[in-house]
Amino acid sequence: MNEQHPLTQAVVDGRRKEVGALVTQCLEAGESAGSILENRLVPGMMIVGERFKQNEIFVPEMLIAARAMKEALKVLEPLLLVAGVKPEHTAVIGTVEGDLHDIGKNLVAMMWKGANIEVIDLGVNVPAAKFVESVKQHKPQLVGLSALLTTTMPAMRDTVKAIRDEGLAVKIVIGGAPITREFAREIGADGYSPDAGSAVDTAIELLRATA
Amino acid sequence: MHYKSLAIEDPSELIFGISPKPVLTRSGMVIGGGTVYPELNFTLPPMKIDAGTMPEVRHNYEQIIAGALGRAAELDAPGVVIEFETLPPMTEHPAWGLEIAKILLEGMQQEACRSGLKSVLRMTPNDNREFERPPLMRRGRYWDAMLELFEGSAAAGAELLSIESVGGKELHDEALVNGDLAGSLFSLCILGERDMRFLWTNLQTIADKHGVKCAGDTACGFGNTAMVLAEQKMIPRVFAAVVRAITAVRSLVAYECGAVGPGKDCGYENPILKAITGYPMAMEGKTSACAHLSPMGNLAAACCDTWSNESVQNIKLLGGMAPTCYMEQLIYDCRLMNTARGHGKESARQLQRWFVESDAALDPQAFILSPESSVALARVIVNSDSYYHAGVAVARKAVELLREAYGQGKLHIEPKEVAWFDTMQDDLDELPESESEFIGRQLALADRSRFLPQEYELKG
Ligand code: B12
Repeated sequence: MNEQHPLTQAVVDGRRKEVGALVTQCLEAGESAGSILENRLVPGMMIVGERFKQNEIFVPEMLIAARAMKEALKVLEPLLLVAGVKPEHTAVIGTVEGDLHDIGKNLVAMMWKGANIEVIDLGVNVPAAKFVESVKQHKPQLVGLSALLTTTMPAMRDTVKAIRDEGLAVKIVIGGAPITREFAREIGADGYSPDAGSAVDTAIELLRATA
Repeated sequence: MHYKSLAIEDPSELIFGISPKPVLTRSGMVIGGGTVYPELNFTLPPMKIDAGTMPEVRHNYEQIIAGALGRAAELDAPGVVIEFETLPPMTEHPAWGLEIAKILLEGMQQEACRSGLKSVLRMTPNDNREFERPPLMRRGRYWDAMLELFEGSAAAGAELLSIESVGGKELHDEALVNGDLAGSLFSLCILGERDMRFLWTNLQTIADKHGVKCAGDTACGFGNTAMVLAEQKMIPRVFAAVVRAITAVRSLVAYECGAVGPGKDCGYENPILKAITGYPMAMEGKTSACAHLSPMGNLAAACCDTWSNESVQNIKLLGGMAPTCYMEQLIYDCRLMNTARGHGKESARQLQRWFVESDAALDPQAFILSPESSVALARVIVNSDSYYHAGVAVARKAVELLREAYGQGKLHIEPKEVAWFDTMQDDLDELPESESEFIGRQLALADRSRFLPQEYELKG
């Protein structure tokens, strides 16, 4: 395995208590906040995401790394704000109306955050109108819809339609146990992912296509 | 604890088709009295449920019940349990749920007249309380509508009342994805226990009023969520198995409040509950892969009294409509078990051994629910002095059983999971002895935007 930067490695190992000091060290060595985020922290989460995808680690271990990343961001955020650095991409995600299943959706949101996408999570049982409102307000490049019930799949169709009817330029990706690629195509969504690991790849692909 | 001793002490007696306290239905089925019955559950294909689609919804259920019962009669089923598990809009609008319950009861009546097929309806309104965030557990429109549906269906002739209740779940999902045993114990043995007691006391009042039976609950939202997450490689299987052991403490409360079984199908913790209470249990395994995957398709049958498919969509398969196909599969599964029983105790035990042996060594969840493990876990529960202590003790026992079996080469565990034995042991060792101290600690950690302590008689 490649030798990682100590900060990157600390994120990978989830050493929450150490990352703050390591970030400070990097800053003192003259590295910019933006570069620390992009070149030290995000690669750490990418490694963790990859390990998870390869079934080498479990979600609890991934969350430990995510918490370490959060700890580092606490130090960096004020500096990033001053420097005007923002995540390049924003996503709005939620479980559609009538549906309360959210474990899968939460995992997708977490993976997207790890890939340095700003994620606005609308929660569960989200009406189409609320998605539309949120897209107008936050101007994301990506919308993620989740549904676990066969009886809420139609709400997914309605939500895609509502967003399209407003002429909002945003990529829509959908997922959930009963969802298929065919269904995504049928209702006019731009993408589908069967799991949280590939949801990152799908997002990045769609975002690249927008860029 | 209400139960202080076991109804079944000998693992070989924790067996399919027989329970010390059988349930007699109005149509004359004796569940747990020597025959395993098929229990069919079904759901809608992709479609919306609203006033406009209700005619189509009705048509689906008419088609399901006629097709499935017709096949059951052709195959000479000794009797069937029909479970109607509602979808959220059907509980929110109890009139819709009730209408469908009546369609099913009518279909059952018609088949009884036509062919003499015995049947009984298990009514399982889904628990909508968490539509409110944070959930209101004891009041509000979701609670009122749910009780109205229970009451209406009991009056209409649904003889068995069940629910997959969700009290405490608002904190449990988070505990699962964090691999947090203390959080799981708090959700199940403190919050879950309190909500179960409140809910099932209310349900028992309804059952008494209409002369029907409270059947039982399931920790589906807890234990099956963990099991499915483990199947998807999200959390360790050993962790999911230990969580399963803890769920038994919570699901037991329904029986303490008057439920008599058959326990609800997706409660994989049911073998532990059967050992404690002696009531019959529904189980599901290989024939419920249509709903979700599990690592114990055969073993789950080892002590079932009804054998279920969990849920299947009303879609067309090559053999026919899916519920009809699943009815057939369940009936053949049951025939085999009933034939073994017909050959005497030894034959039944042989089949029970095969069910167990074919799964137990391959997965910790299966191992923990074998008759031997179930009795050992049940014993720890009845020997405890509180639900919290029972939860901690049963988790310890589960870790001990798994570790021992792994050490002796009797159980396969993935290498990356082995370290979790120590992690879980350490987490359990760090728990305070005193329940009030534990509650204080967990309340301090709990995300208050997600749950309301007063809904569980806890001070914020
Ligand atoms: C756990 C669970 C619950 C929990 C939910 C906990 C929670 N906070 O989410 C509880 C107990 C509350 C629950 C309730 C109900 N449930 Co439920 N539930 C499940 C179960 C067992 C697992 C779902 C799960 O969490 N899986 C683990 C996660 C990680 O996987 P996932 O959700 O599939 O997500 C992954 C992918 O799909 C994808 N993905 C998901 N979302 C998105 C979004 C995007 C944008 C992308 C890219 C990818 C993506 O990535 C995720 C991560 O890898 C399923 C069984 C199944 N086969 O799925 C039933 C299931 C979905 N439930 C079912 C039912 C019927 C219900 C209830 C009506 C039951 C009842 N009678 O009470 C209620 C309905 C509540 C409601 N209004 O929504 C049925 C659905 C049947 C149908 N008609 O469709 C199922 C199939 C089980 C069954 N009985 O057959 N349930």
